[in-house]
Amino acid sequence: MSIATSSEERFAQASQLQLTWWRFCRHRLAVISLAVVAFFYLVVIFADFLAIADPHAVDARRSFIPPQGFALFDSGAWSPHVSGLKGVRDPRTFKLTYTPDPARKLPVKFFVRGYSYNLFGVIPTDRHLFGIEGGQPVDGVFLLGTDQLGRDLFSRLIVATRISLSIGLAGVTLSLMLGILLGGISGLYGGAIDTLIQRLIEVVRSIPTIPLWMGLAAALPNTWSVTQVYFAITLIISLVSWTELARVVRGRFLALREEDFVIAAELAGASQMRIILRHMLPSFASHVIAAVSLALPVMIVSETSLSFLGLGLRPPAISWGILLQDAQNVQVLAGAPWLLCAAVPVIIVILAFNFLGDGLRDAADPYG
Amino acid sequence: MLIYVARRLALALVTCAAISLLTFIIIRLPPGDFVDAYIANLAVGGSSVSAEQADAMRREYGLDKPVAVQYALWMGRVIVGDFGVSMMWKRPVTEVIGDRLWLTMAVSISALFLTWTIALPIGIYSAARQYSIGDYVATTLGFIGLAVPNFLLALILMYLGFRYLGLSVGGLFSPDMAQAPWSWAKFRDLMVHLPLPASVLALAGTAQLIRIMRANLLDELRKPYVVTARAKGIGETRVLVKYPVRAALNPFVSSSAYLFPYLVSGSIIVSLVLGLPTVGPLLLQALVAQDMFLAGTIVLLLGILTVIGTLLSDLLLMWVEPRIRLQGRA
Amino acid sequence: MVEAARRVLSVRDLVVDFVQDTGTIRALDGVSLDLHAGRVLGVVGESGCGKSLTARAVLRLVDRPGRIVSGKVLLDPGAPAQQELTALDPEGEAIRAVRGGRIGLIFQEPMSALSMHYTVGNQIIEAIRAHSGLGKSAARQRAIELLQEVGIPRPETRIDAYPFQLSGGLRQRVGIALALAADPEILIADEPTTALDVTTQAQILALLRRLQRTKGMALMLITHDMGVIAQMADDVAVMYLGKVVEFAPVQQLFAAPRHPYTRALLRSVPNIRAVPRERLATIGGAVPHPESRPTGCAFHPRCPEIIAGRCALEMPPPLPPDQEGASCFHVMPKMMVDA
Repeated sequence: MSIATSSEERFAQASQLQLTWWRFCRHRLAVISLAVVAFFYLVVIFADFLAIADPHAVDARRSFIPPQGFALFDSGAWSPHVSGLKGVRDPRTFKLTYTPDPARKLPVKFFVRGYSYNLFGVIPTDRHLFGIEGGQPVDGVFLLGTDQLGRDLFSRLIVATRISLSIGLAGVTLSLMLGILLGGISGLYGGAIDTLIQRLIEVVRSIPTIPLWMGLAAALPNTWSVTQVYFAITLIISLVSWTELARVVRGRFLALREEDFVIAAELAGASQMRIILRHMLPSFASHVIAAVSLALPVMIVSETSLSFLGLGLRPPAISWGILLQDAQNVQVLAGAPWLLCAAVPVIIVILAFNFLGDGLRDAADPYG
Repeated sequence: MLIYVARRLALALVTCAAISLLTFIIIRLPPGDFVDAYIANLAVGGSSVSAEQADAMRREYGLDKPVAVQYALWMGRVIVGDFGVSMMWKRPVTEVIGDRLWLTMAVSISALFLTWTIALPIGIYSAARQYSIGDYVATTLGFIGLAVPNFLLALILMYLGFRYLGLSVGGLFSPDMAQAPWSWAKFRDLMVHLPLPASVLALAGTAQLIRIMRANLLDELRKPYVVTARAKGIGETRVLVKYPVRAALNPFVSSSAYLFPYLVSGSIIVSLVLGLPTVGPLLLQALVAQDMFLAGTIVLLLGILTVIGTLLSDLLLMWVEPRIRLQGRA
Repeated sequence: MVEAARRVLSVRDLVVDFVQDTGTIRALDGVSLDLHAGRVLGVVGESGCGKSLTARAVLRLVDRPGRIVSGKVLLDPGAPAQQELTALDPEGEAIRAVRGGRIGLIFQEPMSALSMHYTVGNQIIEAIRAHSGLGKSAARQRAIELLQEVGIPRPETRIDAYPFQLSGGLRQRVGIALALAADPEILIADEPTTALDVTTQAQILALLRRLQRTKGMALMLITHDMGVIAQMADDVAVMYLGKVVEFAPVQQLFAAPRHPYTRALLRSVPNIRAVPRERLATIGGAVPHPESRPTGCAFHPRCPEIIAGRCALEMPPPLPPDQEGASCFHVMPKMMVDA
């Protein structure tokens, strides 16, 4: 009996966000997805530390090396190692091609020195989680193989995660600002402004987005730097994607405007800003978080698609789309199918965000 | 009902105007104007244009006038079907586009119908037999469909087809038919090639519609009118199909209206991977070469056809929903 | 009296469970009732006591995760053609012939109980044709007669209206016409007037009363409104937490209620002759969730007449069907003497 009372009290005193969180924890798939998403963002933060080789380092000698597993044991004893590369001259073309040489074993070590980078963007270091020390310049750990220019795909994939996931976040932030602004105005004032914004949303939604994006992205000057293009692409993507967020925000505003506690606050003489920030925002924050996590995968796919077409980010930037661009040609792909590996994180991240968003939405709105 | 139709028509017109404006912006976005680009293009070919000739050209295209006037002039030409000349091909834009626009629509519309015919029965089954094995299979497939972007799916299919069947799965025609004039045989050839790209394109939308249909039907199944129908003593299948399925059709159809722009979008990128002779590859080439009249026209025509498609699905919604038909509101 | 009329339906010890992740909830806990031709049985109780569920269970319309665990529903009990509804396949032909054909059901919310996608006529004609061999035009003619019978003006045009084009009162009349479509002998009305305004309520009740009398139907009227009971019922079954706790002819129930719950219900009816400004009596507490059913007599936590050391521990014996009395330790001794 006393346990029941205390749990009831716990519910009675919990805030809206806490309640939502408890309901969310009941969706197992959504909780797993949250862990997956968190893992990916950890990779983003420690990208350079996790990368093995400089993702930009070109070496024609190790073009298209297939993925190389590393052996954990050497004749029964614990000794993680990879094989070194050896150059073989083709007897007919006299071309030198490099292939793994099982005879030459290179031990894999942790916290090795590699290319220099700035950890968190500020701490200069050259330590990496693992890699090989010594060996010839051509040697390396190629977990996912290399591309045509001999760049290590695993390292590139890790570094690409940084751009692909952060552009999603940046795009969603922009979309969210637009969505909250327009949706908020729409829901708060109603009337003619509401009608206008609603029609605007309908117009934007009925335009096919990819041709439009392509048109806008293609117009970006060639002379722009990677950073400029990055922000321009973010802007282009979010210009089209704010509508769903605006719809959610407006819907919540309309519903909340009628709620007793908002009316009570109005009667108590609270300012409009205070009502919005103090009373309304907390009760729709969970809805907005859910909508955001459903919008993120759309952003990520948009960037991937544009870069895949060659109209989004441009090399030397590395994103999943840019990696997949190398896999566009079937002949190339047939020879080096490991180039498709960039598709795996795309699919996992989209799935995780969708499950997460579904779980959050159910948790935020158990009745709707 | 007339009010509803009139509102939809007005909205479609506004959307077309917005698309035309965006197109105009896209055409004007690259630095320099059309004449600069044209001259640069000619210079590559070795011929040169004098300053007087250039100015004459600018006057001819109205490039010396304010932007708003330029837009009006351009719109005036577009409305009578004059979309300008493609720099890359040195031919009128309409000629360059040719059949490609209709093939784009053929692919998108087949994908739309495919989406409907697959999503409707699976969605109904999934809801009516909630938590059955079939439901889990459908839900899982739905999630995969949702998570694999269609260009990736196309890429993977291309790879598998090439690697294991040793054939190129792309294209809309057999090699010997691609250049042939339209005939019954060519049409049949198209029908043979259409299902693969249409399925690739339809997958994501199908997954989405299955989810929508399932969720809505589950909602409807709990409503009292279903019990009323069962209390009349009619059979379960009849109850299901006549009442809740009918009610769940409404959100199903209205989400389809937004599906069409999405499919047209997708067809561009899928066409590039699968090498379909739609406007997709042409648009990419035009954009890379900054052939802005060609690119702009493609964006404009795609947009307008999409609006027409969306308008048609809206009218379909009206036909499905007596409340809109009789009272003009949703 | 009670014995005079023919029994048309018997519910015996009906138990319905809802199986959920959190555990099994017993929603009906041994309900026994009888319906008699030409009589009105009022079923009364607060929301959540299992009134509507009883109605649905009779027609085998309990949806998953609900399940009839035990007990019987007998149509024409004792007659040679007696049918055990609880033994039928819930999706089979036999139960479908009973639904609408033998037993008509009227719902609470006429708005949501009718489909918005078909005309009134379409929905009624469907019910008519499900139970008769009538052709399309004959069924339409019958539907117009039915609409006329339930007092809908201009039925020839209204038959082609959609439910959303009708007022609440007219919609409920359509609901009644729908229930009458196949001339059932038994009518179950589940809170038929709750969603209507007071004037319309009175009209609908009068209509129900008239139809029931002229057709000699058995009517099971489910309501939480003691006023409706007083006006309509011949006998009354009071339900609390999935059980019938008192059964009595209507005059006896109002004159000498036996169960403390019935007394509390009667006290909470607003009375026009009450002392002005005096607080309206309410029953303390709320109906407990069936998940946390109290031990002993389910009503004991709210009972003003609780017998210490008994009500909280022992369950009073259930009420035999069709016998006046209450399932309460206060009245049990008397019943023992009677028996």
